[in-house]
Amino acid sequence: MQNNVNITKNVAQYRQDFAIIANWVKFGSKVLDLGCGDGELLQFLHSALETKGYGVEKNDANLLACIANGTNVIQMDLEDGLSGFEDQSFNTVILSQTLQAMHNTEEIVLEMLRVGKEIIVTFPNFGYWRNRMQITAGRMPVSKALPYQWYDTPNVHLCTINDFDEFCHHHNIEILERRVITDGKEVNFMPNLLGSLAMYRLKSK
Amino acid sequence: MSENNSIGIVAPKTASFSEPLVLKSGAVLTQFDLVYETYGTLNADKSNAVLICHALSGTHHVAGKYSEQDKYPGWWDNLIGPNKPLDTKKFFVIGVNNLGGCHGSSGPVSTNPATGKPWGSAFPIVTVEDWVNSQARLLDYLGITQLAAVIGGSLGGMQALQWTIAYPDRVRHALVIASAPNLTAQNMAFNEVARQAIITDPEFHGGDYYEHGVVPRRGLRIARMLGHITYLSDDAMGEKFGRKLKDNIKYSFDVEFEMESYLRYQGDKFAGEFDANTYLRMTRALDYYDPALAFGGDLSKTLSQTKAKFLVLSFTSDWRFSPARSREIVKALLDNESTVSYAEVTAAHGHDAFLMPDAHYHAILRTYLSNIEVGGNHAE
Repeated sequence: MQNNVNITKNVAQYRQDFAIIANWVKFGSKVLDLGCGDGELLQFLHSALETKGYGVEKNDANLLACIANGTNVIQMDLEDGLSGFEDQSFNTVILSQTLQAMHNTEEIVLEMLRVGKEIIVTFPNFGYWRNRMQITAGRMPVSKALPYQWYDTPNVHLCTINDFDEFCHHHNIEILERRVITDGKEVNFMPNLLGSLAMYRLKSK
Repeated sequence: MSENNSIGIVAPKTASFSEPLVLKSGAVLTQFDLVYETYGTLNADKSNAVLICHALSGTHHVAGKYSEQDKYPGWWDNLIGPNKPLDTKKFFVIGVNNLGGCHGSSGPVSTNPATGKPWGSAFPIVTVEDWVNSQARLLDYLGITQLAAVIGGSLGGMQALQWTIAYPDRVRHALVIASAPNLTAQNMAFNEVARQAIITDPEFHGGDYYEHGVVPRRGLRIARMLGHITYLSDDAMGEKFGRKLKDNIKYSFDVEFEMESYLRYQGDKFAGEFDANTYLRMTRALDYYDPALAFGGDLSKTLSQTKAKFLVLSFTSDWRFSPARSREIVKALLDNESTVSYAEVTAAHGHDAFLMPDAHYHAILRTYLSNIEVGGNHAE
């Protein structure tokens, strides 16, 4: 069964997302992109930073797109962990806007920390005020960042920035950097209320 | 579409080698023949050659027909031809019958130059490594220094893998399909039952049945029936035959179920056209292949000298060469930071899936192969 977790991304935000990730990835480093889609982020990092990378993808159409554009892609289900990857074998492991669709959320983050020296996790902030407004109005949030209805959403583990901060604290994960963006612009004031997309650079303590 | 893009009428050729070939066992073939076919045109800088390695019962006849009247084309015709996934307008494709085979290359049925009689039991045990070495001789003969790609499924995938280990500079891409870095005990066990069926057939005569004018047909038939069970998934058999009866129940040991009819048909067909000694050797080659053995069981070390780019493919319902075995190859390649992609194709047909024209499977092969650069002006 294919669980399609392609998240429709706002183009401006998407580019900002890429730009921040590119700032966090070192030149020539080895990158693993989990849920890599059609490989666009890896292609971007490779062209900008000469990274060597692999993508992990479950979806057949995305896999084919990766093969078409020459992205190294490994077809597997992230829910099964990263058993094919050695400890600390990547400089950076990226999980971009996929965390919220994972069942084994805890496991995948810990697996990422095992495989990567650093990891990057991004997710739509459920605490964003527009989401809160919709909840207050008595409806589940539907937006550009969360484009699904409650009954067809692949998102099963939505969280807020505060929740994820707490998760990191609880799991002994060091937050090296946190950036929050809304409509392609950085948010520094009250990020859990005003931020749409949360981006974290993390490592094990 | 694929049916309309046949390579057309093809003909086998024979290459004879007089330089001795030292086999892994230590035995020496002082001279040998390889029968092969080619499709498409070798380009000027000889950079577009693709070698197809066959599996247990395959041959050099991979695509096309020998005459318009032929009922069936070559065994991987759905893959190979003009505009097919392995496009013969771009690539020069080589199919070769492996040593020990029974379709024209030197093997138990061919004549032993020392005696003037069929080799029979005296034909040495050949291995995947020996096949790859002999295939390299064929490339030398054809003037090809480096393959654009080597492609194989199952036992053929083992040869593709071996190419990258033994001749890292002679292969740019390896497509390793429905294969494994070695066989599991269970997989070898099926081979042993198959061999025992043949060897204990009263007409086997220690492998020298040719001189008795008989063939161990019953053993070979049972061996093939067993094989066919393992090449299909439980689901695929269920879907294909289920518990369907041939007729009303007769309370007998005749064919009662459709499945029995299929197995008997496949067994009879195979026993009529394949050589038992070859079957024994092919299964042994499968059993023996274990390239990591020389590296203390460390497959990552084994593949550390490879230079090829890899596409590894498996099929979800294949339990004889399960996806987990392909993932072992992928893991070893990842450990070496090799260029590799891995596709786990959702397919119901078990191990047989690698020969079937599944749309997604063929799209992957077509896409991957179309990205392979050939021609003098393209540096890989």
